[in-house]
Amino acid sequence: MSCFLSNSSLGKKLVMSVTGCFLVLFILFHMSMNVTAIISPEGYNMICEFLGANWYALAGTVVLALGVVIHFIYAIILTLNNYRARGSQRYAVTVQEPGVAWASKNMLVLGVIVLLGMALHLYNFWAKMQLVEIMGGHTNSLGLAVTDGAALIAYTFSQWYYVVLYLIWFAALWFHLTHGVWSMFQTVGWANDTWYPRLKCIANIVATIVFLGFAAVVLVYFFCPCIAGAC
Amino acid sequence: MNFTLKIWRQKDAKSKGAFETYKVENISADTSFLEMLDILNNNLIHEGKEPVAFDHDCREGICGMCSLHINGHAHGPSQGATTCQIYMRKFKDGDTITIEPWRSAAFPVIKDLVVNRSAYDQILQAGGFISVRTNSVPDANAIPIPKADADESMDAAACIGCGACAATCKNGSAMLFVAARVSSLAKLPQGRVEGARRAKAMVAKMDELGFGNCTNTGACQAECPKQISIAHIARLNREFLSAKFED
Repeated sequence: MSCFLSNSSLGKKLVMSVTGCFLVLFILFHMSMNVTAIISPEGYNMICEFLGANWYALAGTVVLALGVVIHFIYAIILTLNNYRARGSQRYAVTVQEPGVAWASKNMLVLGVIVLLGMALHLYNFWAKMQLVEIMGGHTNSLGLAVTDGAALIAYTFSQWYYVVLYLIWFAALWFHLTHGVWSMFQTVGWANDTWYPRLKCIANIVATIVFLGFAAVVLVYFFCPCIAGAC
Repeated sequence: MNFTLKIWRQKDAKSKGAFETYKVENISADTSFLEMLDILNNNLIHEGKEPVAFDHDCREGICGMCSLHINGHAHGPSQGATTCQIYMRKFKDGDTITIEPWRSAAFPVIKDLVVNRSAYDQILQAGGFISVRTNSVPDANAIPIPKADADESMDAAACIGCGACAATCKNGSAMLFVAARVSSLAKLPQGRVEGARRAKAMVAKMDELGFGNCTNTGACQAECPKQISIAHIARLNREFLSAKFED
């Protein structure tokens, strides 16, 4: 049992499923936190202050980073295996099989877009908030307090290209989740013909809630920058 | 009906193959796809050319020998049918039909459209059986089996091991085949006893033979000539993981 998680195809998929589940739960938490920035920028800043660079936030960050790294490394390993298994000679004629979702066949590409979006997000926010605090600073390179998340959101999304890039990122995440959420149930064996339509419906709902929640913050701050008291 | 056929020709496993184009004319709409290939081969033999090699046996959809990839579909354009159950009326007069062998690293081409599917036999030998003495036929009602379980078992047992699942899967995964075997036996009391050992042994052999990992696209069930559901893959996942956690 000790090594089936690394040497068996189903074991590796279990790791993908469990880390995927963890990341979905984190994304839902993060999205809920972000929505607060629309309802109450002061409330959002209180959350930023509560988390900050406290030990529990740092522990959470490390576990989260591990989840992302493991999920991505296993995705690369599985995809390379699959590429070899498919063989060098491919079909001359291919079609989209009926009932097969586009996202299900493009999870790695979507995952890479999600990862690139995450890198941009870390540069825009994490590097100007928690990282500054870890380094002992209290104000970031923009001259904003590290706990003034609402002002940072307002500054970032006052630039239209960030709005576009973030919306592309959320769209890729939407596609990724529409397959990933139901797929994690299938991988651990909690699925059957009765539950497939239900699980796919749940996956679409979760993906859409995540998309709308994140996109709402970006769009509200772009179109109504005064919400954070910046004007 | 007249057709243009683009067929993969390959002298042997080591040679490099290529598509060749042939014309077949005056084909009846009621001719089966394999009969159409028989007519083509007859013409080729009369012309002194090498006939096209392709697998076939029962020609009634139960042996799993026919294995052609036709116009992008495993077993051709009909759902729930094998290549031998396709009739030329499924195509339009004048169509160009592209015929390829299964493409998967675990199914190397032997000649033309024939591939080596012994990898599936090896997976079966690893655990796709029950260990019982084969004496006289036991009483059919000696062990009562719930109808729902018997139905699910029979649905999975419909697998003919043709290889369409692995040939269709973008990952070259044999999960639907392995799942069908594991599921059909796991749902019956005679097979239940060895369920854990079977799931572990068959998955280990599948991995060893170089098949890919299932990413739950569902392409296999869409192209399976016996329309076997990926719900059996979920059962295989359950069987395998619970067996591993019990180790």
